[in-house]
Amino acid sequence: MNELPETGLILNLALAVGFLLVTAAVLLSLWRLIIGPDQPDRILALDTLYVNTVALLVLLDIKLASSLYFEAALLIALFGFVGTVALAKFLTRGDIIE
Amino acid sequence: MTIELTTLLVELFVALLILIGAGFTLLGSFGLVRLRDLYERLHTPTKATTLGVGSLLIASAVFFTWREPGVSLHEVLVAVFLFITAPVSAHLIAKAALHQRTPSRSGLPTETLLEKHDGHSAVERSPTGH
Repeated sequence: MNELPETGLILNLALAVGFLLVTAAVLLSLWRLIIGPDQPDRILALDTLYVNTVALLVLLDIKLASSLYFEAALLIALFGFVGTVALAKFLTRGDIIE
Repeated sequence: MTIELTTLLVELFVALLILIGAGFTLLGSFGLVRLRDLYERLHTPTKATTLGVGSLLIASAVFFTWREPGVSLHEVLVAVFLFITAPVSAHLIAKAALHQRTPSRSGLPTETLLEKHDGHSAVERSPTGH
């Protein structure tokens, strides 16, 4: 709370609950990544994992009241999409760049 | 007095958006674990999680527009990117799953239809071959 003395109680409470829920979401998609029976399941779990990470970084930005991590969130979204496309294409075609 | 009331209202609005967003994000991942086969599991991360992250990004945009001078638009960039890419990646994952003949509870399409869409059948083409 030292970074943000003027942020009220309601917002801090909502942020705490939000962190809890999104962390639980990250853990659930990690669980699917571990147990996923097929390869497409694991790609889907990775996809969900990076979207959840973007959510976590956005919450951290609101918490710290600085827009320092937006570039990180944007980069994770960008490279996560590229990674998903590359993995799916590898499964479909057996090769990434034909 | 009026300034305090505005502050309270903005905080309440941002808090509500954060709660909705985090709830939908959790719902998306919960569905990813709970649903029964891959084609059902494709639904929750692409719809619920996208809605949740979109709601969190709106909360962040409102928060930073209120706190700092000027309109904050970084969040819109991330939101637009996620909203464009989520259906594309879901489509590609579904295509990969159909190509691999991932079992479905309600049955796959007929083999002739599947072969028409992936050119070669998955049996005669190994996943690492060219």
